[in-house]
Amino acid sequence: MDEIQSLLHGFEVALSYRNLALMFVGVILGVIIGVLPGLGGANGVAILLPLTFAMAQTPGGTTSAIILLSCIYWGALFGGAITSILFNIPGEPWSVATTFDGYPMAQKGRAGEALTAAFTSSFVGALVAVIVITFLSPVVARFALEFGPPEFFAVYLLTFCAFVGMSKEPPFKTLASMMLGFALAAVGTDPVTGTLRLTFGTTHLLTGFDFLIAVIGLFGIGEILLTLEEGLAFKGASAKLNMKVVLETWRELPKYWVTSIRSSAVGCFMGIVPGGATPASFMSYGVARRFSKDGDKFGTGQVEGVVAPETAAHAAGTSALLPMLTLGVPGSPTAAVLLGGLLIWGLQPGPLLFVEQKDFVWGLIASMYLGNIAGLIVVLTCVPLFAAILRVPFSVIAPIIMVICAIGAYTVHNSMFDVWMMVVFGVLGYVFKKLSYPLAPLVLAIVLGDRAEASFRQAMLVSQGDMSVFFSNGLVGSMTGLALFLLFWPVISLGIARVRGK
Amino acid sequence: MSAGGGGRVALRHKTAEIAMALAFLAIGAIVIFDSLRLGARWGDEGPQTGYFPFYIALIICASAAMILFRALRLRPEQDRTFVEVEQLKLVLAVLVPTAVYVALIGWLGIYVASIAFIAFFMRWLGKYVWWKVAVTSIGNSVFFFAIFEIWFKIPLPKGPLETLLGLN
Repeated sequence: MDEIQSLLHGFEVALSYRNLALMFVGVILGVIIGVLPGLGGANGVAILLPLTFAMAQTPGGTTSAIILLSCIYWGALFGGAITSILFNIPGEPWSVATTFDGYPMAQKGRAGEALTAAFTSSFVGALVAVIVITFLSPVVARFALEFGPPEFFAVYLLTFCAFVGMSKEPPFKTLASMMLGFALAAVGTDPVTGTLRLTFGTTHLLTGFDFLIAVIGLFGIGEILLTLEEGLAFKGASAKLNMKVVLETWRELPKYWVTSIRSSAVGCFMGIVPGGATPASFMSYGVARRFSKDGDKFGTGQVEGVVAPETAAHAAGTSALLPMLTLGVPGSPTAAVLLGGLLIWGLQPGPLLFVEQKDFVWGLIASMYLGNIAGLIVVLTCVPLFAAILRVPFSVIAPIIMVICAIGAYTVHNSMFDVWMMVVFGVLGYVFKKLSYPLAPLVLAIVLGDRAEASFRQAMLVSQGDMSVFFSNGLVGSMTGLALFLLFWPVISLGIARVRGK
Repeated sequence: MSAGGGGRVALRHKTAEIAMALAFLAIGAIVIFDSLRLGARWGDEGPQTGYFPFYIALIICASAAMILFRALRLRPEQDRTFVEVEQLKLVLAVLVPTAVYVALIGWLGIYVASIAFIAFFMRWLGKYVWWKVAVTSIGNSVFFFAIFEIWFKIPLPKGPLETLLGLN
């Protein structure tokens, strides 16, 4: 069992006082970010990324930096549940499904139970996903070492086609949003020949659009504008969580083990195949409602209706890091930001990471176990504190969040142009959300655009322009085939529905 | 009429959809234009610089055309409210000051601009008393100054006030 040994070594790396302290700092920051409107996992990590530049230069610092950032992510995942249950405001898109049963429970005075159920199932989902990462990622990485440009392009293709096939948004809008991302990624220097393109003579565009700016604008400013429109009255249930309620709920939770296992499986699958945490939580909620014997009572405050989406969301959010680490292909916007961090610190994500940076990879994986335990402790003990943040009026919190976003955007490249771009992306995010254009594919396309293009062109060079290179062997052929199947899935499913309807 | 509620309608869904689709078509056209200028074909040494963006832009235009087609076929009863006047006012009440704020950063530096921005918000939208406004806005800038300039040594944009205080 190589993996167990590597993991134990990882625990040695992760278990320093400094790293443990960073875990708690990260989780607490993450929960705050998850609770606040306009700050979420993706842009929270993006804003704090520049603060880790200095940290990453010290020996062993990259591991500490990734531990800090990934723990912010775990914290944000936990934090989303607090606002959903107490305030009926999903702090994160993936906690929308948690409001369906969580908020009714809180209204009936069972907020403590709902919160405990949510936190515990988040923890279970994450744990399952981390175990999957521990044992699956070395296998995937070893496998991926043999990949050439066609295989890598097939992986990218699969990632993006999965968005079209799986997303709830209209397929053409997904496609348009994604291709806009690719177009933005193409701006600046051509990665292969070095020629300038799409800059139209302005020097600002020489380096292209940075996806961190896009993330901060789209998810930060855009989200605040949306929140504003929905009105600002936060009416919340009171949050008290004492040990007695926690223990009672824990005694009850094992009843839902089937739901937990099913939701973890849905979550892990959706996280690895880039569907993301949001669809995973909805899917898991829907499946649980169909299979539960209390299915018709869902929506009135069922514990099972909290367990299902939370388990899946956290499992998906965690397992989204697997393709990011092993293939360099992130499964979610937050994973994309973490990937951006790795690149900035001088690490090349992908299969070689498991060979060249063993300390880093296994330290990170070990920190996922520890970080989630830290997260569970923090949220179970500090809920009232975090809920109090939401009672700060919006007219105070909104400008402060704007200031934080502006600072975050500026520090990426020390450029005022970026701050302006952030505002533009903010308006874009607002309009996109209102017209149900998905944001995740746009962000992933900006991140992966250059590399997808480079692998495509390298593959085409090898084959002298022959497209059949993407079907040249079983592996690349089946990936391309699956990608095309997913791409045309909206059409196929429409066809199936028509046939059934007749 | 509107499914969205009672308020006056500033913009309808159909109009917004069409405008967005047209914007996408325009972006697609710009990218196609520049790609063709750079060469979007198969050159002597493989695909030219514009090759990949050209096809990307083609897909943008095709998707936008589909979205436009669907939007044009939206029937009046499906034409929901995109944004109401009251909502739009609130959004602009944040967006315009934000734009002014970003402009101020370049001139006054981020710390002074942030004080003005937060103070404006709290006083105008929140109707807070002046001392609370002052404590929050100035405290916020002092906090970020401590974190960025002192702790992490990351310089943020500074203006005349910082020069005057010798903090550069």
